[in-house]
Amino acid sequence: MSVFTTVLARDLRLALRQSADSLTVIAFFAIATVLFPFGIGPEANILARIAPGVVWVTALLAALLSLDRIFTVDFEDGTLDQLILSGAPLPVVVLAKVTAHWLTTGVPLIIMSPVLAVTLHLPAEGYVPLMLALLLGTPTVSLVGAVGAALVLGTRRGGVLLSLLVLPLYIPVLIFGTAVIEGAITGVPVTPLILAGFAILALTLCPWAASAALRQAAE
Amino acid sequence: MHRFANPTQFMRIANAIFPWVAGLAVILFVIGLPIALVTSPPDYQQGETVRIMYIHVPSAWLALMVYGTMAGGSAAFLIWRHPIANLTAKAAAPMGAVFTGLALVTGMLWGQPMWGTFWVWDARLTSFLILFFLYLGYLALGDAFEDSERGDKAAAILCLVGSINIPIIHFSVTWWNTLHQPSIMKLGGDGVKSSVDGSILLPLFVMLGAFTMYFFAVLILRLRSELLAAKIRNARLSQAAVGDALGQAAE
Repeated sequence: MSVFTTVLARDLRLALRQSADSLTVIAFFAIATVLFPFGIGPEANILARIAPGVVWVTALLAALLSLDRIFTVDFEDGTLDQLILSGAPLPVVVLAKVTAHWLTTGVPLIIMSPVLAVTLHLPAEGYVPLMLALLLGTPTVSLVGAVGAALVLGTRRGGVLLSLLVLPLYIPVLIFGTAVIEGAITGVPVTPLILAGFAILALTLCPWAASAALRQAAE
Repeated sequence: MHRFANPTQFMRIANAIFPWVAGLAVILFVIGLPIALVTSPPDYQQGETVRIMYIHVPSAWLALMVYGTMAGGSAAFLIWRHPIANLTAKAAAPMGAVFTGLALVTGMLWGQPMWGTFWVWDARLTSFLILFFLYLGYLALGDAFEDSERGDKAAAILCLVGSINIPIIHFSVTWWNTLHQPSIMKLGGDGVKSSVDGSILLPLFVMLGAFTMYFFAVLILRLRSELLAAKIRNARLSQAAVGDALGQAAE
């Protein structure tokens, strides 16, 4: 088996054994979204207006909470050192771990999003673009997040710091992610391909940046 | 380039440059501030509030230039392990954050009389707010490790990731909302073309020069104190080592 499939299979198996972690992220996604009607009021038209943004923002925050899972445990129990010493190409290892993170966090978020959009009265035209935008946007979220997660390994207050590092970098994804949904609702379509473009750019750069960060963390 | 990696050599050159840079900053401020704040004509539309521009534009220019300096320094540090490049990036970062903050605050003060509100979610303001967060992230990450060497490398990687992202963020935010006036200066075939009159442009350029020289002067001062601090640390360590050795010999 290649390095990629080995690491991917291992991480997926671990995530499956501790499936509570993934479920917690989904539960956070749900509770954070449900808070908005309490804060803003139950009027359907206002909720429908803010639904795309609310779903995207809470999805980003939910993904952010799960980022430390990518490397922290491996860093603490020494697996990371083994992976680096094994001579396997580190960007491939990173890519496998990011893929595992996306499959266990991004995909459940995508599946959960229409249910939450219903509670916010998202218009019917918005559902397919919502899932499409999340499908194309969440890989970037996982990739960029992996760089941040690798950078904060071994810091004193990793979680809070991670949000400060990563959230500004998520803004382009958030802007175009919500624009795709709002464009479909208002009838002025915005191409979701730009999100795919971000994902490809992140795919070409982030594994290397994260590898560099992991190397210096393991030194 | 590696000649400058020797702190003594570097400091010799920096000390030679320092009086010129600092002197130029003082001269330009002495010339620029009275012209900009008193004698230059008020704008026919904006009146006296146009004077905020002479602080706002140089701050914004430095906010970007400092990030560029940091990105260059971080790259040199990661590629060639150039220690001075890393010190430069670290020493420049707090200044960049302050200039970004200054650009934001003066922009808000300018926005109140011009747009009738302190804050609009306009493309450039928003980009600068995000740039400010990138600076804060850099400073926080460099400071978050027990081992300062690790913080240096992590912050350098973050700085490079941020520098790739700044154009993307700016492009996204511009697309998202454009309310700010278009750029006043365009580089055309025949040099700098401008929709701004010379009576405003002259003090603006003097202030740009003054701010830039001020940045370099303070950067050299900060580098000097960093290098001296490192020297003191090393001297203390070797003193302690000698003390230990003497103590052991006495036993």
